[in-house]
Amino acid sequence: MSVELRDVTYTYSPGTAYEMHALEHVSVEIPNGQFVGVIGHTGSGKSTMVQHFNGLIRPTSGNVFYNGEDIWQEGYNLRELRSHVGLVFQYPEHQLFETDVITDVCFGPKNQGLSPEECRERAREALKHVGLDERFYEKSPFELSGGQKRRVAIAGVLAMNPSFLILDEPTAGLDPKGRDEILDQLALLHETRGISVMLVSHSMEDIARYVERIIVMNKGHVAFDDTPKKVFSHYKELEQMGLAAPQMTYIMHALKERGMDVDVTATTVEEAKASVLKALNHM
Amino acid sequence: MGIIRAAKLGFDYFRYEEEGKEPEVTRAIDDVNLDIQAGQFIAVLGHNGSGKSTLAKHINGLLVPTEGTLWVDNMDTSQEEDVWKIRQKAGMVFQNPDNQIIGSVVEEDVGFGPENIGVPTDEIWRRVDESLRATGMIAYRHHSPNKLSGGQKQRVAIAGVMAMRPKCIVLDEPTAMLDPNGRKEVLKAVRELNEKEGVTVILITHYMEEVVFADKVFVMDQGRVVMQGTPREVFSRVEELKALRLDVPQVTLLAYELKQAGVDIPDGILTIEELVDALCQ
Repeated sequence: MSVELRDVTYTYSPGTAYEMHALEHVSVEIPNGQFVGVIGHTGSGKSTMVQHFNGLIRPTSGNVFYNGEDIWQEGYNLRELRSHVGLVFQYPEHQLFETDVITDVCFGPKNQGLSPEECRERAREALKHVGLDERFYEKSPFELSGGQKRRVAIAGVLAMNPSFLILDEPTAGLDPKGRDEILDQLALLHETRGISVMLVSHSMEDIARYVERIIVMNKGHVAFDDTPKKVFSHYKELEQMGLAAPQMTYIMHALKERGMDVDVTATTVEEAKASVLKALNHM
Repeated sequence: MGIIRAAKLGFDYFRYEEEGKEPEVTRAIDDVNLDIQAGQFIAVLGHNGSGKSTLAKHINGLLVPTEGTLWVDNMDTSQEEDVWKIRQKAGMVFQNPDNQIIGSVVEEDVGFGPENIGVPTDEIWRRVDESLRATGMIAYRHHSPNKLSGGQKQRVAIAGVMAMRPKCIVLDEPTAMLDPNGRKEVLKAVRELNEKEGVTVILITHYMEEVVFADKVFVMDQGRVVMQGTPREVFSRVEELKALRLDVPQVTLLAYELKQAGVDIPDGILTIEELVDALCQ
């Protein structure tokens, strides 16, 4: 079970003066159950890439596979693919439209042809997963705070029971606690239901804390594709791409330069703390 | 006398359901008192729904208080005849640059504000020049805004506000949608406006790292200012901030955790240099 892009190139407005290669010969495979982070500067091709996974856009050349099947072969059921591969766009709360929260979340399963009871069951489960209190279920989504709306919108995609969930900057504009809550819930979903999660983010700190693999996009190419520790060890190159490493990486390198024997691959506060304490005890 | 002062400021949102029924009242700002001096760099922190944006909208008269008074450069924002003058004194920059840019060429977009208030043409061009220089966007003056990166667009939006020659600029999460480089560019531009041009800055943000350079930090919760002080004072109170759904910069958190574990370092460390110096004496 996996999703795969094989040698995918995507060109916007081909043959015109505005022709732009958004992706060039991109090959990535995401096996089932991975928690993957995607980083890249604005315009690096991240969003174009993720929209290939559920067939929202068709590659100019190359192939997209879901569980080994080419999704652009004749007769392939793209509609069904989209209920397996859920995509949460940036600012998904702008897509809320129903009169109350639970009906909004029911929209996806309803379109999958489930009965009203099944829809509500799915919706309740999804809303529980994103940690939205039951007292909001009958409220209009437009009365909720930004963080709550975001949860409703994510629940709307979860309610379709995807086995692969892609989120394009799900925490932009949320307060730190709201950010942690949503990411913790995603981590929990990944653990308990075994769904694959792909997180597109501009926050290196979040990426470092949650994912097991990072894909770095730069100018339509995959620049790095490795574990967080290995990717962030290229922090100088990341800076040249308009990115950065988590703050901890810089601290560990600065300490090392001043002669402290710390682990420069530490990327989270917990790892950095352990490494500094260890180094201090040996001094 | 401060450039922005608030006395017992209060604001209620009303929600009307049916005719004749009592409206539902939500208190968004509650007894806020402020005295912000000209030239200060102020940061406002608070969780989603704490009242930050409502407060920001009071500063240029987009919202008028339901209780108390807010003065901008000694003008009461509830006096309708002063509202245009107030908006020239206090400019606003919002989160999404795409919602704020209207021109098809960068320099035209920046000139839109002054043109609207009848500034003579020569003066408009002078202001456009200065504002684009101040935000580091002069090289892009003939570009189309939609070909720019997020950070560049946001700097064009800031230049557009600067062209109105405001004394004060309020930025409501200006970096929330930007990549790390874009965030750096925008923050640098804002700090330069503050330091070189003496513009009073009020920055609302969820990125704790952006706050360490501020002269003063206000923390809001349930419409009230619940903490205020220098970044060092505020970020020393790690547990209280967490209880308010906030955070501290990661370097501050690491210093705090190390201190809890018995390492002898001072409270409220804000930068990587400070931490490295404290650990490698």
